[in-house]
Amino acid sequence: MNKTLLVGALVLPLVALGTHFAFRRTPLAEQGLRSGTFEPPREAPAFSLDGSSGKKLSLRDHLGKVVIVEFGYTFCEDVCPVTLAHLTEVYRKLGSAARDVQLIYVTVDPGRDSPERLREHLAVFNASFLGATGTPDELKAVQKAYGVVARQVVSRNHALAYAVDHSSSLYLVDRQGKLRGLVPFGTPVDDIVHDLDLLLKMGT
Amino acid sequence: MVAGVIFTPVVVAAMWPVTFDSREELFEIPKGTWARRMAGEKREILPSEIHLLVGIRNVLMLKNSDDVPQIFGPTLMMPGQTLRIPFTRPSENYFACTAHASGQLVVVVEATPTWPWNRLSWRVRRMLRWLSKP
Repeated sequence: MNKTLLVGALVLPLVALGTHFAFRRTPLAEQGLRSGTFEPPREAPAFSLDGSSGKKLSLRDHLGKVVIVEFGYTFCEDVCPVTLAHLTEVYRKLGSAARDVQLIYVTVDPGRDSPERLREHLAVFNASFLGATGTPDELKAVQKAYGVVARQVVSRNHALAYAVDHSSSLYLVDRQGKLRGLVPFGTPVDDIVHDLDLLLKMGT
Repeated sequence: MVAGVIFTPVVVAAMWPVTFDSREELFEIPKGTWARRMAGEKREILPSEIHLLVGIRNVLMLKNSDDVPQIFGPTLMMPGQTLRIPFTRPSENYFACTAHASGQLVVVVEATPTWPWNRLSWRVRRMLRWLSKP
């Protein structure tokens, strides 16, 4: 009897300690997310738009994957192509893990970005990138929910009717659909890879 | 005597290492801000330009302590939520921000001044920014 009590007294605290560490949720910032970190994370604003694949594209369809949400437009001549090129490199560096990452490129230019145009444009960078468009009101609602600013301005390129000034950060959504990170424009590729790696591991 | 009065602060400003008690530069939307804005009060919470230093003051911390969601800096933040953005390299970062008349928030990240001349010049620039605050 005494022996059982002694073993119990030794084992129980160890089990409690193990459980505590196994289920402890360390804030992402403490784990070293290199981009901006939201604490506490909130549910990523949902949307259902016209996808570049020809079907409806909803954020919820990608639960289980880490989603990168980018706001941009195909006629963009500076920020968007640089970011897409960086993300192409990020995918390359992630290797097979990139299967669990999905980029959703939400246009800020519904007047010119049709699903077909988005598909052709994104395929230049990576065939798995998905584009999303919709009516101006639908897109405005998504922008508002993410805190994205976009406005038409006169283009420096006279061949274009107009340009769109827009927020350039990327949003990182974890496998559970929580908005976790904000990646400022110009963040090095290795830092983005690091953060995606961390988010991928969190959900497994 | 006069030379001593002039040069001593300059020498101290050049030689004294730049330090901060925290790496975080915190900006907070205080509780009740939305209500005060609705009542017509105009008050800037975020400066249009924020200066950080790599390694010693390199984390921008935004906190929404108000009761309603707010677009703060580069994003929409829920009540009680914080956004912590570390910057690891010297850079100029432009964020769209509706809280500013220019529509833009600039975060300038500089290398930590380690040489006397750099420290002096950094302190002079900091003082000028402080003096030009409204």
